[in-house]
Amino acid sequence: MRYGYLFTRLAEMLPVLLIVVVATFFLAHAVPGGPFEKDRRMPPEVKKRLEEYYGLDQPLHRQLVTYVGNLCRGDLGPSLKYPGWSVNEIIGSRIPVSVQLGLAALLLAILIGIPVGVLAASRPNTWLDRVPMGFTLLGICVPSFVLGPLFALVFALGLGWFPPCGWGSPIHFVLPALTLGLVTAAPLARLTRGKVIEAGNQDYVRTARAKGLPEGRVWFVHALRNGILPVVTYLGPAAAGLVSGSFVVESLFDVPGLGRLFVSSIINRDFTLILGTTLVYAAALLVLNLVADLAKAALDPRVARGADR
Amino acid sequence: MSAPTALGPTETGWQRFRKDRAAVFAGWFLVAIAVACVLSPWIAPYPYQKQDLALGAVGPCAGHWLGTDILGRDVLSRLLQGGAVSLGVGLVATVVALAFGVLYGVVAGQAGGLVERAMMRTVDILSTLPLTLIVILCMVVFGQNIWMIFLAVGGVSWLTMSRIICTETVSLKNRQFVEVSVALGQSKVGVFTHHYLPNLAGIIAIYATLTVPGVMMLEAFVSFLGLGVQAPMTSWGLMIKDGADIMEECPWLLVAPSVVFALTLLSLNFVGDGLRDAFDPRASKK
Repeated sequence: MRYGYLFTRLAEMLPVLLIVVVATFFLAHAVPGGPFEKDRRMPPEVKKRLEEYYGLDQPLHRQLVTYVGNLCRGDLGPSLKYPGWSVNEIIGSRIPVSVQLGLAALLLAILIGIPVGVLAASRPNTWLDRVPMGFTLLGICVPSFVLGPLFALVFALGLGWFPPCGWGSPIHFVLPALTLGLVTAAPLARLTRGKVIEAGNQDYVRTARAKGLPEGRVWFVHALRNGILPVVTYLGPAAAGLVSGSFVVESLFDVPGLGRLFVSSIINRDFTLILGTTLVYAAALLVLNLVADLAKAALDPRVARGADR
Repeated sequence: MSAPTALGPTETGWQRFRKDRAAVFAGWFLVAIAVACVLSPWIAPYPYQKQDLALGAVGPCAGHWLGTDILGRDVLSRLLQGGAVSLGVGLVATVVALAFGVLYGVVAGQAGGLVERAMMRTVDILSTLPLTLIVILCMVVFGQNIWMIFLAVGGVSWLTMSRIICTETVSLKNRQFVEVSVALGQSKVGVFTHHYLPNLAGIIAIYATLTVPGVMMLEAFVSFLGLGVQAPMTSWGLMIKDGADIMEECPWLLVAPSVVFALTLLSLNFVGDGLRDAFDPRASKK
């Protein structure tokens, strides 16, 4: 039963990815401007030769068919903006950076956000609730483009603990991961608190306490498990966003990740690179949403019952 | 509603809300900010785009209560003008997320099976398409227009909401009270308004208050790429973004918009919490 579900969900991904590719392809080509129209004005003959070389002179549907054909063989095509580089190579070099940073931030967000939310929910409307929730509100109000420079100002330029920007050693990790993690932890804590408070009013929590379970177990096992559904749902897209890179944080700390690549590929009208980065994000989103759905079914039998029907 | 003594769930809800002082105060605060921003062309001390290059950036003083920016523009006036954009974006996002996102999620979750999967995969596809490209394209088709921002924000704000609501609905629809009311022959609309909505109210309120700052930041990002609000027009997100760039030299340019933004979100949270508590079906037990 479970494996059947997993298999259908994996099989569903192919048509979804295909739709994303086709839609993004037409979107990218519908936007005015091309990859060879930006900086230096090039002689029309050179531009024509380049377009011929990359097959951009072909009718759109033929280009699409060629692209999808290459895609099936795992070839994302040549980059139009970085001559001599294939999209596979460029994205391949960026993925480890963004995934490492994203996972670190995700871990941080989960480790901070969920316990803080449960703690606040266990004593609603006391200082234990209001103080941490005040901080999470700060985390929501203060966007990453403010938090990042603030961290750089204090911890890099002021205290000199970490380098202000760059990438390469683990120490470069800290500030960008902290920025991304805290910005993600805040909504997690708020979602957790809200649902766990609701769960805390239920009979089974009273029962758990009545049979003498320690308070920590009551909240973190009985109440949290019943309140965690929306948190996991939220985590799916949030994790996809994190591992596929954040434009703002990567720009602030000069991290060579996917987020910046994506935005610059759009500005450059680098069609193959746009499609490649979008595909990576789409795949990450689909896989992580599937992981979230499986986690939800494992955590909540009522959802599992719905999924099996 | 014929019996004068019996109060419907909605009426008791409003009565409870009105007793929640913090929520009511926060509500009036939001109304006051919104009115001030809408009336900004008439009540702002200076035109928001009026430059005074000789003056430059000065801190708060008698002539400019919140100081001026590098181009000598009055920060208070710009805050009021920017608020109109940001609050508008927040309002559009909330309305779309509440009206469309919730309905979409409930329908998908209730239908289950193939319909649910198709609807959720549609959400997947829509949330994957590069928003930046779509905004550029819309600008080409419809021209550089502030309404583009509202359209883009409305287009994305409902996606995660529908996902969350769908999961919750799947979990709810197997509960006994829902099965009973279906067995008793209550209509789909009745089940929706009497069972789903009250039970979903909490998560809707929380996620709505997370959506608003999210879309305001999205607007700032899109505007930062040069695709949204164009200078000299501004928004809170954009003012915070600009302020962050020069926070060492002119901290008031970051502090003023951030404080207003934070106060607005704080009030929104109080209103959301108040509404949630007032309409929580289990609240009367306490």
